[in-house]
Amino acid sequence: MSIGTLRSHGSGTTDDVASLEAGLDALDTPSRTTVPLLSRLRRSVLPPIVAVLFLLVVWLVLVALHVKPTYVLPPPSDVWATFTDYWEKGAVQEAVWNSLRRAFVGFAISVVVGTALGLLLAQSRFVRTAIGPLVSGLQSLPSVAWVPAAIIWFGLSDAAIYTVVLLGAVPSIANGLLAGVRQVPPLYLRVGRVLGARGWASIRYVVLPAAMPGYLAGLRQGWAFAWRSLMAAELITFSPELGTSLGQLLQIGRELSDMTLVMAAILMILVVGVGIELLVFAPIERQMLRSRGLTTGSAT
Amino acid sequence: MTLATVKENQQWAVADVPESDVAPAILLDRVTKRFRGDETRPAVLQDVSLTVAEGEFVSLLGASGCGKSTLLSLVAGLEKPTSGTVAAPGGRAALIFQEPALFPWLTAGQNVELALKLRGVARKERRGQAEHLLDRVHLAGQHGSRVHELSGGMRQRVALARALGQEARILLMDEPFAALDAITRDVLHDELIRVWEETGLSIVFVTHNVREAVRLGQRVELMSSRPGRFVRRWTVDIDGPRRIESAGVAALASEITEDLRREIRRHAAVPRVKASS
Repeated sequence: MSIGTLRSHGSGTTDDVASLEAGLDALDTPSRTTVPLLSRLRRSVLPPIVAVLFLLVVWLVLVALHVKPTYVLPPPSDVWATFTDYWEKGAVQEAVWNSLRRAFVGFAISVVVGTALGLLLAQSRFVRTAIGPLVSGLQSLPSVAWVPAAIIWFGLSDAAIYTVVLLGAVPSIANGLLAGVRQVPPLYLRVGRVLGARGWASIRYVVLPAAMPGYLAGLRQGWAFAWRSLMAAELITFSPELGTSLGQLLQIGRELSDMTLVMAAILMILVVGVGIELLVFAPIERQMLRSRGLTTGSAT
Repeated sequence: MTLATVKENQQWAVADVPESDVAPAILLDRVTKRFRGDETRPAVLQDVSLTVAEGEFVSLLGASGCGKSTLLSLVAGLEKPTSGTVAAPGGRAALIFQEPALFPWLTAGQNVELALKLRGVARKERRGQAEHLLDRVHLAGQHGSRVHELSGGMRQRVALARALGQEARILLMDEPFAALDAITRDVLHDELIRVWEETGLSIVFVTHNVREAVRLGQRVELMSSRPGRFVRRWTVDIDGPRRIESAGVAALASEITEDLRREIRRHAAVPRVKASS
């Protein structure tokens, strides 16, 4: 008996199958609900505004009750006055620009070094066993602890500051990438091999995209660590040659015993750090998770 | 004929198994497979031989632990046999898993395009080819859909389109419809037969569902477990359109089930301690 005569044991015509499938597809496809922009904004923007207003009210109440003298706990209006004063002098702009520039440069170098290190850790069992614990340990070491060492090595210079930023951010990024790679489902690697992805192609088209959620979490944490380390470094690495920076404003405030300046600087550090987080990392992460179906979007 | 035990069944089987005019697509010759560190236990596959003719549709049936999936991995080149030879003169093999295993960071169409890209298809031709392949599994217009927006059946069809995009002449399927609901599975049976008839692919379809094996295959191979071996074969010769509920399918399936159960019962008689001695 030849194979040919055995053919055709389908039970319907092509059109039958096509229309059946179209019907099933329509029934089975998960429905997408879109929430109007206004109610989405109400849900995501309103709560933090309420929280900030609440804190402001608590602050005003404490000031009104004279819990502490005003040179220890100044009212918000005095802090605002100091801020606008320094703004008019151009000190705020210069400080934010200098700190942001250092943070970006330091973070960019950290991404390159951290990514390379993470890939090395993920690909080589030997490297992982040898320095994996060290990298994890560095992550829990407060990077401010490196400031004295960095100053002794590099003096009061940008190099010292970048050293501290790198030691703060690189371990987070490397560990994030490593965690992402280790969570790649083995099935994806098998599928990649069946499709013909070997060696670098497998890393490029399967491993790295699959490891993206872990990597992005590492980048996000790396940014937070870089910003934190930078402030610690700027606060201690105090030199007129380095120009005005946010950390330096803090230090000036302390020396002048000017609480309004100290609080203004703290708030600026907070606003810039949170701003980058919200404007850069949060949207990227949300977009990635949503496109992979890992969140329900704004449904909750 | 290299099979160890092939009992022919008067009612269903036809004596000559494809060896005649059609060239073989897959050849397994006395293949044994053990995994490292597992030397004391029975082999996953023990002295297994199998020939699949070009354009043939073979169902592999067996209980857990019979090495069905390992056999597919060997043919796909994901594993190497411990001894014996595995040859695929039919050319490259595509493999479809139980989970559709589409990459969630790509759209449905990009998943298909990746197969084309890794095969070396030029960038500007990929888009059109991918859309054509999606159309072949009745998913025209789903190129931009995200994987999580598709139902299980649609995902498995994208996986089929991606496998077709590999231009392989052999299609290996590892319980591809096991996770789907009965209605979807029934439709995909029709779909798969249609694609097979259009393409003339050689298909090895692994399943633990007896009716599915009979519904789809031209030949059903029953395997035993621990060690994995072929124990019996049926040639499915049912006239006319075949459906999962057809009387012919049901009759042959119940006969095969008898044998399958006998194979499974055999394991109850052997104490597990003995197996490691």
